[in-house]
Order: sequence, then C-alpha cells, then structure tokens
Amino acid sequence: MSAILEVENLELCYGVIQALKGISFHVNRGEIVSLIGANGAGKTSTLQTITGLIPSRGGRVLYKGKEITRAPGYTLVRQGLAHVPEGRRVFSSLSVYQNLMLGAYTRKKKSEIEESLSMIYQHFPRLLERKQQMAGTLSGGEQQMLAMGRALMSKPEMLVMDEPSMGLSPIYVNEIFSIIEKIHASGVTVLLVEQNAAKALSIADRAYVLETGRITIEGKASELLRDERVKAAYLSE
Amino acid sequence: MMSFFSYLLNGISLGAVYAIIALGYTMVYGIAKMLNFAHGDILMLGAYTAFIAFNSLGLPIPASALLAVIVCTLTGILTERIAYKPLRGANSLAVLITAIGVSYLLQNLALLIFGANPKSFQSFIPIKPLHLAGGALTIPGETIATILTGLIVAAGLLLFVHRTKAGQAMLAVSEDKGAATLMGVNVNATIAMTFAIGSALAAVAGILLCSAYPSLTPTTGAMPGIKAFVAAVLGGIGSIPGAFLGGVILGILENLSKAYISSKLSDAIVFSVLILVLLVKPSGILGKKITEKV
Repeated sequence: MSAILEVENLELCYGVIQALKGISFHVNRGEIVSLIGANGAGKTSTLQTITGLIPSRGGRVLYKGKEITRAPGYTLVRQGLAHVPEGRRVFSSLSVYQNLMLGAYTRKKKSEIEESLSMIYQHFPRLLERKQQMAGTLSGGEQQMLAMGRALMSKPEMLVMDEPSMGLSPIYVNEIFSIIEKIHASGVTVLLVEQNAAKALSIADRAYVLETGRITIEGKASELLRDERVKAAYLSE
Repeated sequence: MMSFFSYLLNGISLGAVYAIIALGYTMVYGIAKMLNFAHGDILMLGAYTAFIAFNSLGLPIPASALLAVIVCTLTGILTERIAYKPLRGANSLAVLITAIGVSYLLQNLALLIFGANPKSFQSFIPIKPLHLAGGALTIPGETIATILTGLIVAAGLLLFVHRTKAGQAMLAVSEDKGAATLMGVNVNATIAMTFAIGSALAAVAGILLCSAYPSLTPTTGAMPGIKAFVAAVLGGIGSIPGAFLGGVILGILENLSKAYISSKLSDAIVFSVLILVLLVKPSGILGKKITEKV
C-alpha cells in the first residue's frame, strides 16, 4: 500500500505556544485513519495545517508524493484533497443547493457535477428535501451532512474530516458514521479526527493518539480499542 | 405640482448616483469587512480621467468613459494590494484609518496634478431633455441616463452575485473566508475582484455625477462618498438591494429638503438620517445582522 498523505515532523506555533511539537504520521490510499485525542491536543490544528488554512512552522506535508507544505489552501481541492471543517461551517445565508454547488467550485464539466449531485442526494436524501432551504436554518445533523456533501462535490480522492459527530444526537452520530463508511467504500481515503474515540476506532483501519501536540500511541484501530492506556483515557464511557 | 415632480426626479437621479457608489461600498464591506473611505475619491479620479481624456486627449465619449473605468479599476486593485491587503487580519480601526489615509492621499495627489481650480466638466450624456406636460416639466437627459444606469447596475450586480460562479464565490468569501478556501476559492483574488468592480462602478458614478453637476475639484468625491456610505448604512450595509434603496431614498430626501426646507440644512438632514438609523435600526432597512462594528 502506498501513502497518499505523509506528515513529517510537523510543527505549529500560536504565538509562543507550541501547538504541534513535531508530529509524523501517514495515511495509505484506501484507508480510514483516525486521529484521536482530548480537547486542545492539536487535532484540528493538524488538519488545518495540512490543508493550508494555517501555516506550519516546521516539517513537511506530502500529498500523493508531492510537497504541499506551503501550497495555498485553495489549490488543494483541485488536487483531490477535501476538508470537512470543524463546526461544519456551511454558508448559512446560501441555500443547500448553492452550498453544494460551491463544493464543485473547482470543477468544470456540468454533466459530471450533476452526477455527483445526484450521488450526494442519494447518500443524503434529507439534503434533497431541503435543497432550497437556507443552510443556516438546518439542524446540526443536517448541517453536518451538508458539509460532508459539499466536500464530496469536489470529487475528492481523500477526505479530511474534523469532528463530524460534534454536538450531534446519538441517532445522527450513527447515521454520520455509517455514511463515512459508505463514502470510504466508494473509494475515498479518509482521515478522521474525532473526540468520540470509540466510534472512530470502530470504523478506522489505523489510528494515532495525539496528546498536547505529540503523537503518543499509534497502531491498528482494533488494537487501540483493546489498549489499556487508550481505554483509560478515551474509552471510559 | 410640476416643480415637485422635477425635484423628485432630480432626487431619484442624485439617489441613483449615491446608489451606484453605495453598491461599491457595500460590496467591499461585505467581502473585506472594511469601510473603504477612499471609495469617493476613486470616483473623483474617474471624473478627472474622463475629463482629461475627453478635453485634453480629444477622445470620443465612449473611449473616455472606458478609460476612466480602466484607471479606476486599476487604482482600486492597486490600493487594495498596497494599503489594505497587508492589514488583512489587523484591527478594524487600523484598516479604517488606513482607508482615510488613502482618501487624503488621492485627494492631495489630484490637487497636485490637476490644481485646486474647478474644472468645468462637459456632460457625457448625449440624451436630449424630455419635455412633458406641454413643456411644464422638463427632464434633463442626465437624469434619465443616471436613473437607467443605476437600475441596470443594481440588476446586473444581483444577477452576477446570484447567477455566476464568481458571484457565489464572493458570497462564500464574505461569509467565511476559511470555508471558501476549502472550496477552492482564491480569497485574495476574490477580494481584488470586488475592489475592481466597486472601483469601476465609482468611475461610472463620477461621470454621471459630473455630467449633472459639472464643477470638478479634488474633493468632488468626498461628500458623495460619505453620503453613499450613509445610503449603504440606511439600506443595510452588505446588502445590494439595500444599497440601491438607501441611495435612492437619500437622494430624494436631500433634494426635497433642499427645495422645501433649506438648501443649507439639507446635508444636516441627510446626516441626521444616519444618526437616526444607527439609533433605531442599526442593521438598516434590508440588513440582516450586524456582525462587526467599526
């Protein structure tokens, strides 16, 4: 298996606070890899640095073998790397349909965009029902579906997801996770950041545990589920 | 009665100029979350360019107007690049003061280049006046052209924003720059494009304004610029229909108070509107919410 994403010694600072202290990990093509950890461990910072929303201070990020460490954020979608941000960040004053079409901003062929759109409406029938509704009026779960659908509209090879289950009711959490599995089954590589470690590990191939800016544990998801340290810190429900 | 209609039409026409300027203000505010106080001076620059092109270079009217639009567009992009872009993410007060600085810079450059003496701007509008009601009501060609242009510009902008990919990207950037970046939108290019559109509109407004009020000086843009700001706030800053509505209301109000109350007090009345709006409904007539304060 070849790595689609390689992160080497990534460092990040907010002022004097070092948020990432040189983390390294990789994601192989076709995998679901999960990054788990407590609040403030640096999970979101890691993703934002990878997709160019915040500049790193050191280290490298390689995507499909090409260095993207300093590539402007907006160029990455074109290369097949899409990011579903924390807090969903849908465009609340635009309709569901307009949000989805913005997801296809980098694509040209109308027929292919239509194809993706109907595929997404199949995954998320609720988005079809609410197609003309303003995104800001959707429920949290629906907004999460919209954020995911919007990212999928770019037809990504790899999807980076930040806390898709945050603030959602258990029913929605299950629905979102089953959709992630479906997306993965359709051939998209997934890097998943989650606080809900049990859920994340249950669908992931491999996982990394991030603690205050460092990766402390890594391995197969099934092994981490049985790991005493992980159990004590993250699975204590 | 006929004089009332005449005042009203002139007011609508003046309002259409305010509206065109306010559209630029409001778009730039919507996307860059800054009040570009130099916007009125771009207008002045456009009027001078048109004047020089027509009177000194002897270019035909369409070419002179086009040149003015080009010069303003480039100046808009350039000021954004040099003065505002480095301040992205800075305190909004710093940006505001910079904008005021750019405004004075442009005014004083104009003073240096063109001098303080007013230039007599020759109307660019070839439309003949319309005589109605057996000659009792005369509508100048400038009035007709200005009202029509205002309508076309507002409709065109609405179409652009809601029907084109670039327009949608603009809305996305104005709502959430980070999320727009994740969609593959080049935020900096989108902001530059917004400044370009706003400045091109300012050139159009400058030509229309000076065609109706022919005295052109380096401070010609200052007052209309501030009034357009009031119009944008009145209509709801960030809103395109709001800017148009605010401009027209303000123009009518100004002209009617000039005619029936006092020509000296008309400006005071216009600015009391700003104070009233800020007190009673700070989000303006069509504005949705206030997200940031200046």
